[in-house]
Amino acid sequence: MTRRSWIGWQFTGPFLAVFGLVFLAPIAYAAYLSVFRTRLVGGTSFVGFENYTKVFGDPQFWEALTRVSLFLLVQVPIMLGLALLVALAIDSGRLYGAGFFRVAIFLPYAVPAVVAALMWGFLYGTRFGLVGNINELFGITLPDPLSPDLILASIGNIVTWEFVGYNMLILYSGLRVVDTALYEAAAIDGAGQFRIIRAIKLPALRGPLVVATVFSIIGSFQLFNEPQILDTLAPNSITTYFTPNIYAYQLSFAGQQVNYSATVALVMGLATMVVAYLFQGRALKGAA
Amino acid sequence: MSITRRRALLGAAMSITLLATGCSSSDEGTDGTAAPTSVSEADIKAALDAGGTINVWAWDTTITKVAADFQTKYPKVKVNLTNAGTGNDQYTALQNAITAGTGVPDVAQIEYYALPQFALAKSVVDLNTYGAAALNGTFTPGTWNAVHAGDKIYGFPIDSGPMALFYNKEVFDKHQIAVPTTWEEYAAAAEKLHTADPKAYITSDSGDAGFTTSLIWQAGGKPYQVNGTDVTVNFASDPGAQKFAAQWQKLIDKKLLSPVPGWTDEWYKGLGDGTIATLVTGAWMPSNLEKGAAPANGKWRVAPMPQWEAGGKATAENGGSSLAIPEKGASKTLAYAFLKYAAVDEGAQTRIDDGAFPATTKHLAAPEFQNKEFPYFGGQKVNEVLAASAGQVVTGWSYLPFQVYANSIYGDTVGKAYIGQGSLTDGLKAWQDASVKYGTEQGFTVK
Repeated sequence: MTRRSWIGWQFTGPFLAVFGLVFLAPIAYAAYLSVFRTRLVGGTSFVGFENYTKVFGDPQFWEALTRVSLFLLVQVPIMLGLALLVALAIDSGRLYGAGFFRVAIFLPYAVPAVVAALMWGFLYGTRFGLVGNINELFGITLPDPLSPDLILASIGNIVTWEFVGYNMLILYSGLRVVDTALYEAAAIDGAGQFRIIRAIKLPALRGPLVVATVFSIIGSFQLFNEPQILDTLAPNSITTYFTPNIYAYQLSFAGQQVNYSATVALVMGLATMVVAYLFQGRALKGAA
Repeated sequence: MSITRRRALLGAAMSITLLATGCSSSDEGTDGTAAPTSVSEADIKAALDAGGTINVWAWDTTITKVAADFQTKYPKVKVNLTNAGTGNDQYTALQNAITAGTGVPDVAQIEYYALPQFALAKSVVDLNTYGAAALNGTFTPGTWNAVHAGDKIYGFPIDSGPMALFYNKEVFDKHQIAVPTTWEEYAAAAEKLHTADPKAYITSDSGDAGFTTSLIWQAGGKPYQVNGTDVTVNFASDPGAQKFAAQWQKLIDKKLLSPVPGWTDEWYKGLGDGTIATLVTGAWMPSNLEKGAAPANGKWRVAPMPQWEAGGKATAENGGSSLAIPEKGASKTLAYAFLKYAAVDEGAQTRIDDGAFPATTKHLAAPEFQNKEFPYFGGQKVNEVLAASAGQVVTGWSYLPFQVYANSIYGDTVGKAYIGQGSLTDGLKAWQDASVKYGTEQGFTVK
């Protein structure tokens, strides 16, 4: 009996060690930090849940959260819609050079996010970039993509460009496992392409779509690289609380409020998990 | 060197800054366990003769030669010079080391605006212990004031940034613009230039905390009052801040400022091709122009800073750093010897020869310094103008004990005015409110 239970531990041990070290320990440490407060004057003191009540009444945190939620609601459907279209097109078998398209559309994902943001930043420039060149060439004034009103949409464009290929690949692989006999049967029944898409392909994509959406929810809530990079080009458009992650970063590295920063990070982590699980639960209900 | 120093300021604005303080209250309780109350010249000499090792953290490249010379002069002392990052990166490392209590350097380079933060946390030594007060008058009033907190002296100035007007003479001549002596004339010149050549701007400014505070400083404003942990932040009814806001708002409203962010490639390009025609900035700028805006070789000149009152002679500081001794350093007496060597004695001249702009009155007044002709500036004796500025810095300015943070949120508040969202006055008020909020949260008594 004793020996058997030890063998079990030996198998799970390595996993548990790594899991504990790189996942549980940092969270536990953040939780520990979050119940203290360190001040420039007065040092460190135990404050219980004060940091948590502060988060919920912090207008900067809510502004950041609202911004990424808006981003999630607008950008993610557009991105997944595009990914779906592309995946269906490549899978349709009617596309000439499908292999090339697949790689070409996936390629932006291979570009590091920082490089992508820099590159797009230069395209967006009204004085030096593509937008500036178009303005000069046609003597017009396009709206400035880096202005405060448009910056979120501009970031959405960058993120879409980066991740359409990645999501397309998830959906495409979902389509590849559909039994071709189903298509043959549908063809015999006289179904057209759109009918096949609606009746066979989309239902088959339910799982992959949920996975892609969950990834996108997490990605949206964790938005950081793109605004952080664009900040140098548009310092006045991107605030230090533009997204929750940027806010947490600012709090700990500029504000020396490590404790509060840990609280913000934990709350965001929790919020992300809740939203992702709620979505997954709802989306898969009845499917299983 | 200067480039990196400025980048650090920019870094603050970009919010990549300081981490957690380690000023635990227990330090204050056990204070004085080993700290001597006073160290005499003889003690310092004895320490130098006995020898030892000191660790110096500095990013200023002119320190390298100073460290080598110091070891030659005092063969028993070994100096380990480390570049632990520029500005904020270094402060983060320093703060971490102080918190951890190990690996703290004996000497650290700290910019003027960041020094109060370390001083407040008692992370750096009061140099009065070593008789630093005897050096009164050695440094320019502006820099000497910058390393003070009350009577306490927390560092030695190693360079300074008295401000001046750098302008592109070729552009000015082409459009027959006279060199502005007041801010009013500066605004007029801005309009004339931009009308004559829509691609050219008098200067670039998309919002820079250091520049804003320097101009308010020059205007006689004292928005920050610091007395220990009692802090006042007041832009709203500060006359200097109001002067700045009114004058600069005109330039923003008429779109006379180039929105190119500073220290970018595009900015250097503008400085080189004449589309950015002037810069009002610190005395460390010449070498940056020479390196960054090489195409404009021979075209730039330096003139006194434009004034708020016609005929006035007031300037302010922009940038600059000091050497300080961390409280938790191991060899403080040797560290002090190094500080004095680098900032006051032979090291000061060594650094000037390497291109630094000194903070010592003696070196500033030296004929060979003042008479040096700069080919980049058409043979102008640039240092004459800059040294004159150093003597005219308005006294009584102080930064916040949390200026690093305050500068990081400048873009959230005042920065909005530069993109037409509200006025500078609104922005400064928002900056004030946010600074007060932060200060209060950090345990200061803020008004």
